[in-house]
Amino acid sequence: MLYRETGQFKTTYAADQAIFPIFQDRVFIFALIAFAYLAIPALASEYMLQAVLIPMMIFSIAAVGLNILTGYAGQLSLGTGAFMAMGAYSAYKLTTGFPELNIIVVFILSGVATALVGIVFGLPSLRIKGFYLAVATLAAQFFLVWMFNRVPWWYNYHSSGTITAPPREFAGIMMTGPTATVETRYLIVLSFCIVAGLLAKNLVRSRIGRHWMAIRDMDIAAEIIGIRLLPNKLLAFAISSFYCGVAGALLLFSYLGSAETEAFDIFVSFDVLFMIIIGGLGSILGAYLGAAFIWLLPIFLTNAPQLVGLSMPVDFQKHLEVMIFGSLIIVFLIFEPAGLARLWQIGKEKLRRWPFPY
Amino acid sequence: MEFIESVTITPFVMIAQDFPVFFGEVVFNGVLTGVLYSLVALGFVLIFKASGVFNFAQGAMVLFAALTLVGLMELGLPVWLAFILTMGAMVALAYAVELLVLRHLVNQPDIILFMSTIGLTFFLEGFGETLWGSNVKKLDIGIPDTPVEITGMLFNSFDLIAALACALLVTGLAFFFQYTPTGRALRAVADDHQAALAVGIPLKKIWIIVWSVAGIVALVAGIVWGAKSGVQFSLSLIALKALPVLILGGFTSVPGAIVGGLIIGVGEKIAEVYWGPAVGGAIENWFAYVLALAFLFVRPQGLFGERIIERV
Repeated sequence: MLYRETGQFKTTYAADQAIFPIFQDRVFIFALIAFAYLAIPALASEYMLQAVLIPMMIFSIAAVGLNILTGYAGQLSLGTGAFMAMGAYSAYKLTTGFPELNIIVVFILSGVATALVGIVFGLPSLRIKGFYLAVATLAAQFFLVWMFNRVPWWYNYHSSGTITAPPREFAGIMMTGPTATVETRYLIVLSFCIVAGLLAKNLVRSRIGRHWMAIRDMDIAAEIIGIRLLPNKLLAFAISSFYCGVAGALLLFSYLGSAETEAFDIFVSFDVLFMIIIGGLGSILGAYLGAAFIWLLPIFLTNAPQLVGLSMPVDFQKHLEVMIFGSLIIVFLIFEPAGLARLWQIGKEKLRRWPFPY
Repeated sequence: MEFIESVTITPFVMIAQDFPVFFGEVVFNGVLTGVLYSLVALGFVLIFKASGVFNFAQGAMVLFAALTLVGLMELGLPVWLAFILTMGAMVALAYAVELLVLRHLVNQPDIILFMSTIGLTFFLEGFGETLWGSNVKKLDIGIPDTPVEITGMLFNSFDLIAALACALLVTGLAFFFQYTPTGRALRAVADDHQAALAVGIPLKKIWIIVWSVAGIVALVAGIVWGAKSGVQFSLSLIALKALPVLILGGFTSVPGAIVGGLIIGVGEKIAEVYWGPAVGGAIENWFAYVLALAFLFVRPQGLFGERIIERV
């Protein structure tokens, strides 16, 4: 009833190309952004911000990055964790090497550094495909993590091998480090999250995005119609790694505070892959929905027994959690292989006709 | 300069000095590890050939089989009975996977099937540890573990017996594939699902058989690894060690899995012993991947994989 597009005429090409062509969608998204900026920092508890929202949004940035590479360009990658590590470590090196450098610039530069590394590890994609490529990207995962562990230069010869986010301020407000408030860090991450989504959405609707989708659907056919594989595949790797690098830097500076390489191991790569598959391959919205689902599910599973007043031994509960997580993934794949983005779309279709289906 | 020398010259000098006794030991140790990698990789290949599923859960199956075996033995059952029961459990698992997972995912893209096996990995790890607990367990199946000297080189009798058992299993599987009617049906399915269905091969039964065989292979791998380093969570991580073997040998080739396993096993040991000190050690984790990657540049389908022909 409320969600009808009747009477909304488009009179310009720009209106026709809008990301949200339907008026109600625009209202909804602006309301959501306003709510996220104004209401959440004031209302949400510190636990909610620190343990739920901040990491969820950081991972959604990484998921957008992986979705560009896997969902749009069709290159399966299991190296996300390592690229995030690259972002975190290069941000650490940059900000300790040049303390005056603006912290936002540091985040972006660390993304650029990760993009360069991503290009190097994307080179095999020109010769190998599918699962062979997935295993090849594992080489990046293991090699980079090994390097950050073994080359002391990366952690400034610190005896414990840990990297810690130093305090940095911007416009008089403490942005990172132990004294930065959780609200500030939340707002930084939120801004990055929104900008990342907007850029990605426009990118995949552009010429480049269409090239990627052609390559995903069949790279030989794409080559024949005149799409050059080398620059396009490497560009996908570079942009995807850029997103992962920024996400890694944010993970260190805005969420963890201090980290070792364990924070970026192979299971992070799997988690991000889960996010884009559950969310929907080849959908920017899906990356956000998937990140929310995969991050919230374990938190829900951990807290569910207490909510219903059940108590059980800690390690038993831990195992049960892993078990339920695994089976839910399978159940989800069986019932909706196209992901949450598809469910969202179906829901919207239903809503348009509600309450008078005709 | 010093670094370049320590990478390009010193290792070869050391190899020449150690020749033949210590070098032989290193190589042989590599072969032993390689046989174990082959075993795990074999499980992957079997399932990939027959159903096109890249079964990431193979490592978790190794863990699950070893946990079940140890758990049953702790209940006081003799080794042989526990072994048979565990085999039964792996066959039951194969049925369950076919019935609950694969059947519903027919015709889905490969990546969805791959994801579902990662889900299965989580489930199996949780399930195994819920049933049998998560502390490290010792697995003692009564094979003597004493040093043996052959032509001046020191070996472990357990390693020798394990390598022999694995070699027997691999040969047995090769015969099974080549000469039995079921094996022939399996190869037919691997070649072409639709053609196999058309000549009357029951696809679902074949899937159950390959998952069972992969389960039993996982059990053997679990016994050998478990007896060496204890049955614990890290056992499921050997799947990650088997992946470079897989791309080196080719996803679809049984001999490839074996040869690839040996190459990776030996290469890894030699690299760790002679090149490891120069770059800071612990290179075992990624060396196999880089080696496999180098091979892929030359042959994108792996050593023995089927040639990839692409048409529009």
